[in-house]
Amino acid sequence: MTAAATGEEIVGRGLREGKYLFAQWFMRLGQAAENEELAAYVFVMGSLVEVLRGFDLHIVFPEINSLQTAVKKVSGDFLSVAEDYGYSPDVCGYVKADVAMQLQDGRHPMGRIPRPSIAVLTNACNTYLKWAEIWDRFYHIPLVTVDVPASRSAATSGQLDEAALEADRRFVEQQLRELIVQLETLTGRPLDMDRFRQVLHDTNRMTRAWARILELNRGTPSVFNALMDGTVYLGVANALRGTPEGALYFERLVEEMEYKTAHGMGAIEDEQHRLIFVGVPCYPIFRRFHELFAEWGGSFVSSTYLWFAAGGMNLGFEYDLDRPIESLAEGVLRSVRAATDAMMFHDRALLEAIDVFHADGVVYHPVKSCRTVSTGLADSRRVVLQQRDVQCLYIESDMMDQRVVSEAQLKNRIDAFFEGLNSRRLRLQAQEAPAASPDASATRVPA
Amino acid sequence: MLHAGGVDVGSTQTKAVVIDEARRIVGRSLIPTGANVVTAAQSAFDLAVAEAGITEGDVAYVIGTGYGRYKVTFGNAQVTEICCHARGAAEMFPGTRTVLDMGGQDTKAIRIQPGGDVLDFCMNDKCAAGTGRFLQSAAAALGIPMDELGSRALAGQKPVNITTTCTVFAESEVLSWLAKGKKIDDILLGVHRSIATRSIALLRRVGIEDEITFTGGVTRNQAMAPVLEEALGKKLNLSEESHYMGALGAAIIALERARAGEGAGTAQVGGAA
Repeated sequence: MTAAATGEEIVGRGLREGKYLFAQWFMRLGQAAENEELAAYVFVMGSLVEVLRGFDLHIVFPEINSLQTAVKKVSGDFLSVAEDYGYSPDVCGYVKADVAMQLQDGRHPMGRIPRPSIAVLTNACNTYLKWAEIWDRFYHIPLVTVDVPASRSAATSGQLDEAALEADRRFVEQQLRELIVQLETLTGRPLDMDRFRQVLHDTNRMTRAWARILELNRGTPSVFNALMDGTVYLGVANALRGTPEGALYFERLVEEMEYKTAHGMGAIEDEQHRLIFVGVPCYPIFRRFHELFAEWGGSFVSSTYLWFAAGGMNLGFEYDLDRPIESLAEGVLRSVRAATDAMMFHDRALLEAIDVFHADGVVYHPVKSCRTVSTGLADSRRVVLQQRDVQCLYIESDMMDQRVVSEAQLKNRIDAFFEGLNSRRLRLQAQEAPAASPDASATRVPA
Repeated sequence: MLHAGGVDVGSTQTKAVVIDEARRIVGRSLIPTGANVVTAAQSAFDLAVAEAGITEGDVAYVIGTGYGRYKVTFGNAQVTEICCHARGAAEMFPGTRTVLDMGGQDTKAIRIQPGGDVLDFCMNDKCAAGTGRFLQSAAAALGIPMDELGSRALAGQKPVNITTTCTVFAESEVLSWLAKGKKIDDILLGVHRSIATRSIALLRRVGIEDEITFTGGVTRNQAMAPVLEEALGKKLNLSEESHYMGALGAAIIALERARAGEGAGTAQVGGAA
């Protein structure tokens, strides 16, 4: 921390700088669109950004573009364009917003998005495969799908057998080498190994910082809100992955979080309940959704979104710069596997998170648009309720489609959830001190 | 004497209950909610106060509940109907561990602790199938008054199978059974069974534990409880006051707050502690 930095300068700069960097990134994409420069379309789970930056390609994250239409309150317009074009209301909202954007020559609330020159994806999500085929139909571009072996069953998730891991890693490495050939053909130049190593190095810096930030959020009060602030941090983590600006951003974010920890500053005023969020945020009412919890003193201390949408940064895996391609293969394997585990087999990870983050509630948010992240949440909830003394809330809406987001219904369930949490707290207080009357002032209701 | 009140502003009807210090119901009312929710809440409360033979000023604490709880402008605090039904059910039937609240637009399955603390709950989402609205829709399609639905369903011998999962489309299905010559009583029994099936699915999500108390406006339908009991293979707790359970729970919480000398807005809700 610089000696001159004051609390006022430090606190909140992660959000301020994140928004600035994000806007700059979109501005560069707009320039790339105008100049018709080469751009690679990738997804947050297994983005392979490091190798793409080795060819100086512009990176486009269609998922981020789409969610931004919801944050900017225009997703309904985009969805309508795609549905008028012929897509069913049941199709993934991210896909439809992207289709609408492509139909409108890349026009987007954050600027203009360049067309894809290549799409690079993994099998982390079944929709990725069909989505990329749409770009192929529109633009006849090369699609490179890297097949990343997932956990074979719930029983083996998170338990990596080293020999099996090495076989899977070699399988991924071979595909990366094929991808590099494709990229060399596209750009007309070989992979710049020095540049590639520098990108890996900057990703390592980001990973190291992110691990520290996640660790700091275990403290009470939590220093950032995993749902609200965390999503801004994730945006930078993906968009600026492997860049010096991204690395510096996260190192400065560590400073901010350490400052907040040292000064007992929480993510929200008067943290009463520590919550874990499961699923994808409700972007159409992003801020209001957060407020519905914050008004009761509920702070999200962790989120499965920070696990499956962080490109593996949450795992703490660092690339070996002496064997960059081999190491990138291992990183992709580990991160994509962890991402799919975070969606499919997250019950054990959730139980562990409840313990280490001292959470007293879990909020499940299945979304209509994405069955991949929503399937199995009811079972997970049952497991968590059986194995931990926490309250669980199960609320359904969507990450894109305002038509299926009912704030009144959400609020009713959220209020009841907190009433239960407050009752539980009073009950526990009574059990711990049976002679004393429960301290009702320890709980809080929204004004 | 200390009195407390609960006003449950539901989507269809507004219920108010006034209780005395001994937790006895001394006044109650039930009126249609209508378009003016604030007026409905005040009117229902005024009627309950009048039945209790006291004045509004004699009621020390009032809690608003239901979807219109924030429209109970004269109330001291708001608590969701989920917690209020739980407290009301536990008050009336202390052995209650599971509550099924079937209202006009939503059905709730609630698992509770002794005393009425909510452990877990599930509600219907995005769809009114399995709620009172489903019955209203069937009644409209068949031209049967709501208060005759239950007795007609109980007269059914060969219930039809209603498979549609949408309240609006169920109306078409009801009409199609009519066109096939099925008896109205059999169709109505099928409608009740369909609602029971959906409600039991919600109950299973929170876990069914004895005793089960049935609350909400649909309890006034004569057929719903027996159809549910047959499907569950269990008896349900049911009383004349079941329709008022949310308002009763609100009044019980209000009484506890009044005794604790709490100001408006404090948060000891549904607490058995």
